[in-house]
Order: sequence, then C-alpha cells, then structure tokens
Amino acid sequence: MNKPLRRIAIFCGLLVLALLLRTNWLQYVEADELNSHERNRRVLIERYASERGNIVVDGKPITGSAKTKDTDFAFKRTYLDGPMWAPVTGYASQAFGASQIENIEDGILTGNDDQLFFDRTMAMFTGDEAKGGNVVTTLNGAAQKAAFEGLGNKKGAVVALEPGTGKILALASTPSYDPSSFAGYGAKDEKSWNKLGKDTDKPMLNRALRETYPPGSTFKVVTAAAALEHGVVDDIDAKTDSPLPWTMPGTTTELVNEGNIPCKDATLREALRVSCNSVFGKLGYNVGKDKMLETAKKFGFNEEQFVPVRANASIFPEELNDSQTALSSIGQFDTRTTPLQMAMVASAVANDGKLMKPYMIDQLEAPNLDVIEKTESEEMGQPLSQEHAQMLQEMMETVVNEGTGDRARIPNVTVGGKTGTAQHGENNSKNPYAWFISYAKGENGSPVAVAVVVEDSDATRDDISGGGLAAPIAKDVMKAVIDSKK
Amino acid sequence: MSVVTNTTTIGAIEAPSRRNTELAMLAFAVAIPLFAYLNVGLALDGTVPSGMIGYGLGIGLLAGVGHLVVRKFAPYADPLLLPLATLLNGLGLVLIWRLDQSPRLIARATNLYGSFSPDAPKQLMYSAIGIALFVAVLLLLKDHRILQRYTYISMAVALVLLILPMFFPARNGAKIWISLGPINVQPGEFAKIIIAIFFSGYLMVKRDALALASRRVMGIYLPRGRDLGPILMVWAMSILILVFETDLGTSLLFFGLFVIMLYVATERTSWIIFGLVMSAAGAVGVATFEPHVQQRVEFWLNPFAQATWDQSEQVGQALMSFGAGGTLGTGLGQGNSDLIGFAANSDFILSTVGEEFGLAGTMAFLLIYGLIVERGVRTALAARDPFGKLLAIGLSGAFAIQVFVVAGGVMGLIPLTGMTMPFVAAGGSSVIANWALIGILIRISDTARRPAPAPAPSPDAEMTQVVRP
Repeated sequence: MNKPLRRIAIFCGLLVLALLLRTNWLQYVEADELNSHERNRRVLIERYASERGNIVVDGKPITGSAKTKDTDFAFKRTYLDGPMWAPVTGYASQAFGASQIENIEDGILTGNDDQLFFDRTMAMFTGDEAKGGNVVTTLNGAAQKAAFEGLGNKKGAVVALEPGTGKILALASTPSYDPSSFAGYGAKDEKSWNKLGKDTDKPMLNRALRETYPPGSTFKVVTAAAALEHGVVDDIDAKTDSPLPWTMPGTTTELVNEGNIPCKDATLREALRVSCNSVFGKLGYNVGKDKMLETAKKFGFNEEQFVPVRANASIFPEELNDSQTALSSIGQFDTRTTPLQMAMVASAVANDGKLMKPYMIDQLEAPNLDVIEKTESEEMGQPLSQEHAQMLQEMMETVVNEGTGDRARIPNVTVGGKTGTAQHGENNSKNPYAWFISYAKGENGSPVAVAVVVEDSDATRDDISGGGLAAPIAKDVMKAVIDSKK
Repeated sequence: MSVVTNTTTIGAIEAPSRRNTELAMLAFAVAIPLFAYLNVGLALDGTVPSGMIGYGLGIGLLAGVGHLVVRKFAPYADPLLLPLATLLNGLGLVLIWRLDQSPRLIARATNLYGSFSPDAPKQLMYSAIGIALFVAVLLLLKDHRILQRYTYISMAVALVLLILPMFFPARNGAKIWISLGPINVQPGEFAKIIIAIFFSGYLMVKRDALALASRRVMGIYLPRGRDLGPILMVWAMSILILVFETDLGTSLLFFGLFVIMLYVATERTSWIIFGLVMSAAGAVGVATFEPHVQQRVEFWLNPFAQATWDQSEQVGQALMSFGAGGTLGTGLGQGNSDLIGFAANSDFILSTVGEEFGLAGTMAFLLIYGLIVERGVRTALAARDPFGKLLAIGLSGAFAIQVFVVAGGVMGLIPLTGMTMPFVAAGGSSVIANWALIGILIRISDTARRPAPAPAPSPDAEMTQVVRP
C-alpha cells in the first residue's frame, strides 16, 4: 500500500506548492496592481489616517484636518473660505477622491512621499504622530479676496500673476463651491456632490484654468505684438494703412467696429485705445496666419500649461483662410483662451517681453517645516523684444489713461490694460463676455498683471462692458497686491 | 499489501520516543503566539496587553496538558503534530483577538446586530474543549483499530450529520449548521473524520474485491456493482449536500477523500479516473442548474466586477488584503483586512495573515499546514496495519484538501467555498474536530512507532550440541 501513499504524499505536496505559488503571485507580482486598484479603500484610508498637511497662503493655512469618529478615516479635510480658495486647493474628499493641489501634492500632504521618508522614519522612532507636510503657495490672500469679492455673484474668473517671476497671486473662479461640503462620505456629502455636479452653472469648473473663452479685443495685444515683432508696424504713432470700411479678403463682409470710432488709417496706439476691429483685423491679415500663430505660440497658446495644476490649452487656429485670419486676430472666430493665458500675455508685456512660467506652488515643507523643494522661477520665452514690449506698454497705458480702460486707473500707479468684449453663441445670440487684461508698474518693474473675464454679463456689445464690468475687478486686485507690498 | 518488514520511515527497533524534542518545540509553539500577542497589543494601544499573563498561562496550560497526556499515553507518537497544531491554534487566537479590536468590525456588528461580542474568548474556550477532546481520544482510544468495529455505524452517523443541516435554518446564507438551543454545530467538520473511519473500515474489507474482482472495460477496471453500493451512496450524498445545503466546500472535500482512499486501498489508477469522472459529472451536473455554484464561479472569475461588488466585496477585498501585505506584511494590528467585513475572522482569516504577516508569513503558515499533512502521510507509511494506513492517509488527505480549498478560495486560486482554515479560523466545530483528528493521528503514529515486543524464547529451540574434541 505504500506506493500509492507516496503518490498521495506528492499530490498533497503539489497542493501546498500551488498555494505557495499563488501567494507569491498575489503578494509579490500583483501587489502593486492590487494596491493601486480603484476599489482599494486603503489608498483613501491611508490618505486620511494621519493629520493631513496644509495648503498655505501668506504663511497661514487655508485648510485643516478635523479629527473624526469614523472607523475608516481618522481625519477629515476642512477648508477656510472654501469657495474662495477652491480653484487653488481643489478638493480632498473621502468619497470622491481629490483634485488639483490636493491631488497633485497628495504624497506630501499625507506624508507618504518618498521625500518625507526620513521624517516618517524619525517619527516612528520618536513616537510622534505622523503628520503630512505642507504646500506653500505663491498666492496673495488680499488679491484673492479682491478677485473673489469683485466677481461676486457674477460668473467669471480672475488670474493675477507676478510678471517678473510667474508667481500666481490670485486664481478665482465663480460661481464656486465649498470643498468642505463633501469632504466626508456620508449622505450629506453625497447630496452636496450630486447637487454640484447637476448645477448648470458648473460651480466645480475651474474657469481660471479649464475654461476657454473667445478673448475678443484683448487679443489685439497679441496681434499688436505680432505686427511689431514681424516688422509690419515699426512706429506705433505712424498712420497705418487701414481703410474704413474694410472688406475682409475673399469675402464681401465688412469687418465692422463697435460704434462710430475714428479707425480710418488710425495709428496703432489710437487703434488700440479705441479698439478698432478693422485696423487689427487687417493687421492680422497682413502679418499672415503663420506669423500670427508663431507669436501666439510664443505667448503660450496651443499647449497645456501646468502650474502644476493642468490648465487647458488656449487655441489660436492653425488652419485659416484670409478672412478667418482677420477674425482670429481680433479674438473672434475660433480663437479661444483661458484667463490664465491672457494674464500671461499681460505679464509678458509688463515684464519687458520676457514671459515667465506661471506657477502657484512656492515650496513644499516637511512636517517639521524644513523646505524639501522650492520652485525656481523659470523663463518660458521671449515673445517680444524689450523695445517692442515697451511700445506695447505705452499703448496699453494710453488705453487706461485716455481710452476704454479708464476704470482701471489707480492713483499714483502706472497701469496699462486692454478691454475686450467677445461675442459668443450662434449669431452672437448669447450675452458677450467682458474681458479686461492689465498690469501695474512701479519704479522697479511690475508687481502684478491681471486677466479678468466676466461671463453672461448684462453687457452691451461694446468695449465699454469690458471696461465697465471687468476693469474695476482688475483694479481692485492690482491695488490689493500693491498695498500688500507696502 | 505485503507485510511491512522494513521501511525507511520507521525503525521498529528501539525508536527514540522524541518526547523531549516535542516539549522543546512546544515551548516555541507557545512562545511565538505570545510574542505575536504582545506585538498586537503594542501596535494597537502602545501598551503590553492586559491579558498577556492569562493568555500565556492558558495556552501554555493547554499545550502542557496535551504534552503530558501524549507522554503518558502515546509515548512513541510523532513529535511534530502536537507542536504544529498548538502553534496554529495560538496564532489563530492572536489573529482573532486582533480582529476583535478592529473598530470597523465592532461598528459593523453594532450596526447589524445591535451589539458586538468578541470572538477570541470563545475561541479560547473552544480550544480548551478541543484539547479536552484530544486528551479524551488518547485516553479512550487505546488502539485505533477499535474504530474498525464502527464502520457501518460511522457511515450512518456521517449520513445523519450531513443531512441534518437541511432541516435547520440557514445561518448567514449557508445551511451547514445544526442549532441546538445556544449551541451551533457545523457537522461537516466532524463528518470528515467519521467518513474517513467508515471508508477505512469498509475499504480494508473490500479492497481485494474492488481491486481484483472487476471487469476490464476499455482498459479501465470496473468494480462489481454490489461493491460499488456504499461508494455510490457517499457520492450521491456529496451531491445532495451540494444541492440542498449549497456547501461546495464540504462536497469537494468528500469527493477528494473518497478518490484518495479508493486509490490507496486498491492501488489502481483506474479508481482515480473513475472517481474524477464521477466527481466531474456531479459537479457539472449540479453547476448547470445550481445558481449558487455559478455565482461562486462568477465571483472567482471577476472579483472586481461591479456585479460581483454589488453582491459581495469579500473576494476582491481578500485579494487586496494579500496585495497590501506585500513581502513582509504591514505588521500585526496595522493592516486593513477588516475591510472584508463579514467572516473576516473565520473563512477569510488567511487574508489577515496575508496582510499583516505578508508573503513571508503566509508561506510560513502554508508550510506549517504542509508539515502537518506530511507528518500524517508519514504516519500512514509507518502504520503496520491496513486500517491504520487508510485512516491516517484519509485524515491527512482530508486535512490537505481542506487547507487547499479554503486557502485557494481566499487567494482566488479556485472559486470560494465556505470552509475554515483548520485551527486558525474562528469557529468551535472546526477547532474541536481538528484536535480530534490530530488525536487520532497521534494514536496511529504511536502504535506505528512503538518498538516491536522482543520475541518470546521458543521452547523448540534445543541447546546447541557442543562437540568436544
């Protein structure tokens, strides 16, 4: 009877071997896949297991962590002025995941990032509560407040940059949402989440980075830069060859101006001051679609920006016929831009032609406040020469001092800007967007450049609305930055 | 079977009793769970757990009693079985206690049943009853061959045990329980021992009939119909269990046991084929009209599919537990295997092993089970009587299949079936029955390794003539 016994012994051995192989497969080969599985709650449990680090503005945290009685999550995310800061922080919800900075810097905030390995190990030995590190942002609290309150109950977005460095000083989007309203995973959180998702006003949309609008007349700054850079115009105070009315090449359509403004053969400065469609449409056509595209790309069009939150790519169309080139050059047709992109345009002009890469995370701190990583300012390019940039500054300052942007004037501060009103909807049936881009300038460079867009304003279709609705907001934001510097 | 004259596994002459070896290993088997217990306490509360002394004394006492009884009543028994079982039982207690501390499970029980009662104290009591049964087996069963007398009674008892749960209400969706007032018994755990006894007795008698008196059909020997009767009956019973009690695990266990023992008794490979064909026929037949089985297979194939998740997260959660453990595990008390929720400390206890002990610990656990099986097979080889051989291989085979079916199910190697990891999982029936199983194996191995009595002097032998020169 022993021969079959030995065979059975081998069979039992094979059973155990199969189990051993399986456990190796699960716990070694497939471990990573299982650990990052979408259904694995451990990721979330880990995220809220210890006090989450904070997102810091002006040296003060704008987020917090509240201890909960929950069995899964020891802590819950809280937000200070949630709606105001939502476009910056994003959300960190136990039920719905995380977004923006909360998501991108999750490793630092939870303290699980490899860069914090040493801190974790030390905490293990000293027996301290594990804590996450902090994310220190470049934002300016006063500017953010001015932007958010300026938008008020209107729909729109504001982006403010520091032209010399690319630091994002304000990033507001309205209507906004309160990330703490669904930070947990209860029925209440789910209700808030669903309500926000169904809201037709799209409060969860970060308009400053993720929405592209037709830029309207504000794009004329780019067109002017292209005209100067490519030698189509040399002297901003020389008369241009601009017939009025001007019929777009290849069509029988006239490119009309808003109202009865002196655009015939206007100088570049004058054309920008009163915002002549006919002049800039023809200029864009004279520069040509390829050179227009080249300049637009230098300003950052046609590619996504990472600040480090992803911003949608702004679009200057690549395939255009002559009349479309003219329309695109005045910010209509298929030209679309994010508020961030227009702020970059203003900041490049203000920074004497040098475009700095926008960023909003200044540094990452370990739980003990040691700096782990500091973001260095980075030059993105030089869309226009210093000389041309200074010409554009003169023109934009004229717009504020004597033109459509008068509402943005700040006493004792040089301000340059450009208004815009962009039409949208079939046959322009919807309310236009009111735009304003501007910068302020002091003795030592420019402290701030701003782009403001207000949607669905009760605007009339002229640039007055850009100047009337958006410019005051831009002014308040610039003023807040200047005052906070004092 | 020829009479064993000499095997490599047994020195019949003056075999060392190895009781001191057993004692030394028992010390380890008690010390390791004690350290594990300390580890859980430190991890969860940062203090030495208050039950440390009580727990240590309890498990030490149980192991000590077991050892003394073996020393006295089965002095030549295999020295590994008792320490291995003790180690598993001790670690099982620690794991159950650890899961009792889980706020998640406490909250879950409170939500569902309005109260939570820890399982570890119950398990300690069951372990004590298990050891008591182990002692009783060794005291009362002076020779395992006594069990031969109960061949047909065993069959009847096994049938009754297995059929009874049909008449009791299902608990947690499985009709595998007999409820007598406050006591709930899983008869399947005991039935496997009793079935093994029946098979051993029956096959020992019918071996030759089954092996020789058979017609050859297409190269396969088919036994006579009348010899097949009881075998078919057991087979039919397995099918019935599957259909009426939806207990996939137990019927698999019986199929396996039944094929292994037939093969060992008759030494004919054709029985394996015959057994497998019958098993397959039964399984396929049932699977075609039994939604429960189909559902299990579906869960196994798509553990993370939404449809599976809606019905039961357990399988997927168990897999993720193993993944979370990685190579070295999270450490006791620091994993999240309690996400499995229901049955985390019984059917799914291996996931907690996987998550908190990691790959290394899981392999160690599997190897301990492998060692128990291996010692059982060794006992079968060493046994000198066919009944003992059959019983030992039957018990170890059943043990091996049970471990494979449960661990394989939890790890997603095969579809999940409701059974428990012997000694480790929370559940009275399982612990008690498996201690009885170890008791029987120890009795068989004691008989096998006992030195043969010195031959009596033969009166016929004459004095050798001395030739004088």
